[in-house]
Amino acid sequence: MKRVRVNPITCEGHGLCAELLPERIQLDEWGFPIVDPEPVTGEAARHAARAVEACPTLALLLENAQGGR
Amino acid sequence: MRTAPATATAMVRPPGLPRLLAGVRSDFAATLDEHLATYGPPPAAGTIDLTALADASGLRGLGGAGFPTGRKLAAVAGQPRRPVVIANGAEGEPVSGKDKVLLRYLPHLVLDGATAAAHALGAREAIVAVSRSDSDGLETVNAAIHERHGFDKRVRLRAVAVPDGFVAGEETALIQFLNRGVAKPTFTPPLPFERGVGRAPTLVQNVETLAQLALIARFGPDWFRAVGTWEEPGSALVTISGAVGEPGVYEVAFGTPLRDLVTQAGGVTEHVRAFLVGGFFGTWLGENEAREARLLETDLRARGARLGARAIVVLPPSACGICESAHALRYLADSSAGQCGPCVHGLEAIAASFERLAAPNARDERQRLSRWITQVRGRGACRHPDGTAAFAASALQVFASEAEQHLHGRCPGSRSVLPAVAAR
Repeated sequence: MKRVRVNPITCEGHGLCAELLPERIQLDEWGFPIVDPEPVTGEAARHAARAVEACPTLALLLENAQGGR
Repeated sequence: MRTAPATATAMVRPPGLPRLLAGVRSDFAATLDEHLATYGPPPAAGTIDLTALADASGLRGLGGAGFPTGRKLAAVAGQPRRPVVIANGAEGEPVSGKDKVLLRYLPHLVLDGATAAAHALGAREAIVAVSRSDSDGLETVNAAIHERHGFDKRVRLRAVAVPDGFVAGEETALIQFLNRGVAKPTFTPPLPFERGVGRAPTLVQNVETLAQLALIARFGPDWFRAVGTWEEPGSALVTISGAVGEPGVYEVAFGTPLRDLVTQAGGVTEHVRAFLVGGFFGTWLGENEAREARLLETDLRARGARLGARAIVVLPPSACGICESAHALRYLADSSAGQCGPCVHGLEAIAASFERLAAPNARDERQRLSRWITQVRGRGACRHPDGTAAFAASALQVFASEAEQHLHGRCPGSRSVLPAVAAR
């Protein structure tokens, strides 16, 4: 199972991720993503993969739900 | 700093407190000979299993995060490459002075601990990180390293001056500074124990943790556990300031009631309105909670606070908690490394909102403030936004009546007990 995570240092707040993965990502009032760490499955997983591809700064990551910090 | 004067006789296996600070002389650093006369010689390399001793002692990191020291040692030891040891003395917390006291007065205890950790890990290098502005500490550590020439031939010791600032002492910031000259946190993984200085697995330990380790290496876990509680054993350094008679750094056992600590620090000079526990990275505790609280992570967590690096400020009613918090939050927002959007914008919004609350003719924007506080948590590369959010949340809760007064154009206090600090 995968979940999305943002590298907050490389993220510049372009906001594409929130359009491509509204199931898990909202933007704050400055345009930076607020990510729901709930794992992505099915259609959300496809949307997540597309959002990761589209991020201009490669700040959006798909990682194993068990891993991380 | 105030501590009991050290006895002139050699004090092996100190039975009571102070024990970490037993070697503090009047007002200059203990020489190597004096250090050895106080604590005895450190065990020779290879004669002890430091990781096992640390595990059995129950020692946890004393820099604020409280991670079990034995587990950290084991994690670094489990890596394939030869590790590096960092003694973290970059004390960025504005109301903490304990690390500066150790570096200034007991450099050999810190160096013993760093050397023991290096032996345990097979490391050949140990770096002592000291804040640039702590020129006394830097000078003392350099002199102590010079004095130890030939004392231990396996481990090369060196002191490094690191930039001042609240975030510079964060583990990954320290490592990025040593690697690339940039004192800013990095995105993890990799964590320092996996890849740190020069890409080597790196043990980053607070200088007080290493000083305690130096004594555990000598006297063993049972001695360490003779004070404190079973879950939180030993003693620790506490920095207490604000409305107390004798502010300073004290060594106390874990489990000590906060009110006993205050008594030890000369008692209160006024009534108490609240305690700031854990410094600027900590939280406010109201007088009632604080009166019953003990110096234990478990006890403070149950009260919604954290022990942190045990920096405590006693706030009298003549100071206004909202105004004091506004100053601290301005410092915290300005201390952002400026790398992560949520920290840059969110902390600025929180600080500015608090400043408006503290100003005359405040208008009620507490709802918006609470939303920002919730929103910034967990969204930085380091925990700086989380710490700032917890501080702000506790201020709103503990000083709810002061906030109401501000909304009615009144400020309940004019005194200031937090230091006037500016971010660098």
